[in-house]
Amino acid sequence: MMSKTTTALATLAALGALSGAAQAEIRLGVSVSATGPAAFLGDPEAKTIEMLVEQLNEAGGINGEEIALTLYDDGGDPNKARTFATRLVEDDEVVAILGGSTTGTTMSILSVAEDEGIPFISLAGAISIVDPVRANVFKTPHTDRMACEKIFTDMQAQGITKIGMISGTDGFGASMQAQCKEVAGDHGIEILADETYGPQDADMTPQLTRIRNTDGVQAVLNPGFGQGPAIVTRNVAQLGFEIPLYQSHGVASDAFIELAGAEAAEGLRLPGTALLIADKLAEDDPQYKVVTAYTEAYKAKYDQDVSTFGGYAHDAFALIVDAITRAGDSEDPQAIRDALEATSGLVGTTGTYSFSPEDHLGLDLSAFRMLEIKDGDWLPVE
Amino acid sequence: MTGRNKWISLGVLALLIALLPLFFPSGYYYRVGALIFVNALSVVGLVILIGYAGQISLGHAGFAGIGAYACALAPEHLGLHPALAVLLGAVISGVMAALIGKPILRLKGYYLAVATLGFGILVSMVLTNERALTGGPDGMNVADLGLRSLLRDMGWRLSGGEFWYMICGVVLLVGAWLALNLFDSPSGRAMRALHGSEVAAATVGVDVPRQKLRAFVISAVYASVAGSLLALQNGYITPDVAGFMHSVEMVTMAVLGGVGSVLGATFGAAILTLLPQVLTVFAEYEQLVLGLVMVLVMIFLPQGLLPSIARRLKGRDE
Repeated sequence: MMSKTTTALATLAALGALSGAAQAEIRLGVSVSATGPAAFLGDPEAKTIEMLVEQLNEAGGINGEEIALTLYDDGGDPNKARTFATRLVEDDEVVAILGGSTTGTTMSILSVAEDEGIPFISLAGAISIVDPVRANVFKTPHTDRMACEKIFTDMQAQGITKIGMISGTDGFGASMQAQCKEVAGDHGIEILADETYGPQDADMTPQLTRIRNTDGVQAVLNPGFGQGPAIVTRNVAQLGFEIPLYQSHGVASDAFIELAGAEAAEGLRLPGTALLIADKLAEDDPQYKVVTAYTEAYKAKYDQDVSTFGGYAHDAFALIVDAITRAGDSEDPQAIRDALEATSGLVGTTGTYSFSPEDHLGLDLSAFRMLEIKDGDWLPVE
Repeated sequence: MTGRNKWISLGVLALLIALLPLFFPSGYYYRVGALIFVNALSVVGLVILIGYAGQISLGHAGFAGIGAYACALAPEHLGLHPALAVLLGAVISGVMAALIGKPILRLKGYYLAVATLGFGILVSMVLTNERALTGGPDGMNVADLGLRSLLRDMGWRLSGGEFWYMICGVVLLVGAWLALNLFDSPSGRAMRALHGSEVAAATVGVDVPRQKLRAFVISAVYASVAGSLLALQNGYITPDVAGFMHSVEMVTMAVLGGVGSVLGATFGAAILTLLPQVLTVFAEYEQLVLGLVMVLVMIFLPQGLLPSIARRLKGRDE
């Protein structure tokens, strides 16, 4: 509730009603898709940022200055996202923007941030956000290409060279399908079958039968998120596949195991972040402290489990706080951007970030952990 | 509506567009203004279709999608200038409207609504699934119009917001002027006649299918140009622009403001564009407020906000 009030106050302040009081604050802008079709991304992101701002302000803020958060819900609509980004920059006069839950909303916010020279940390996956590198645009989630590489590396270790792919036609599945096909050759993987399904489809048996009937397929890979991968997992079990099934990081949540059924999901592998196995991390794991602090605080406040997506927001916030602290000047977007680009070795829930002028993603493959489902729970492979 | 009324409507609109910026506290308001004008433009098209000719469409976002993606695709693949792409989009939309309008405008009421709805959803599905061409649900970049940098070279510096506020304002004025002219033209009279009674209109010699089709094509071109302006302004476009909710939004704006009046349509567009901006603090209830406003207007002001208020002010029935 506290944070709602903060948001309201920030809005009022920006409207000029409290313009005097806004002086000693650090104005931070957020636009995420807390409602609408992308709410499963934006809702945990919004909650995470509100919680973290509250925590930080209670602890005394950054160098004595509190954060005034202005959070807008763009409902997953790129057009709205652009309007809110304009509003954050022009009207609320924020020094940095976090958000852009989807690739579409991110691309809309991105051009405003670039035009106005405001640092922007995106929470969306597509590689096109940071490639080519844009001066003011950073992002926290690993790319689909990295997920493909992680999966293919694991396949190589298992001696798998020929696979069948079945991908969703939603934005996530489509993007990952394309990326996987691009990097498959580098890992000596041959894609023998390439099937797709619509995000609302209720049965993928025909596509899977075709994959099974393709000679030489040694594993199945399913890029996609939402209900599709759960149905694929069930269908694979029903058809009695004897080859391993790989899912993507898009389904890395406990809800997926519930949806697919623990029995059907037994033994499938996917690349996920440390957040998923928070309770199984070793105490000397570099991410142990960050991950447990976040998961426990979130659970205590919202009585919900954390998700990978909320983790992206957590890391974006940690990055911007770190940058503002080092920049020394909380009023100058340019100084904050420079500090952000100089980020080195910041441990987040997704991985360890080190930005450079050539790399605005700052993660490597070690950010992913290969997980396997055993008895309805996630276990790290190795 | 007499000739004098037409100029009053246009004058009011022009004055509002020209004078409002004097009260803008920041650049963000130019962006909202430009959005209002874009929405108003497609709603003016719907005024012709719904208000004049009495036909319904729940698929006009499909035409907005065609206009928007014409601006995104034509410069990239055909090397066409974005300004020409707007025209190309309008032509494609017009031809599409003529082709599909011929069979489906024979339908009435719900059936027509469902048929147009189907068209809109088809366009949005094509845009979503033709990934190789449109970038799929993630959308694609739109080339810059180039006019702003041209003006800058001539010594006229405009921010992006100011520039698009002007462009959209001018296009809306032209659109409103054309729509108001149509009202008293022979075609406009024929459309309004068939709105009243198709049988009566046919009896006095109105070519009913032809006039319906004409209204449908004109309104499709309006939606297409609005979609193009949106794409050029945002510099990035996703299939959401052709989505079903966008169609519903357009019709809601038209009905809310007053479906028979060009000025009312602009008013409706303004309210529904502003509402989400004003209600950000409780965004979760935005849909609820929208629905409530809609229900109240339908019950108490069935002709729409502006015409009802205007009548109240005059103090008598027309």
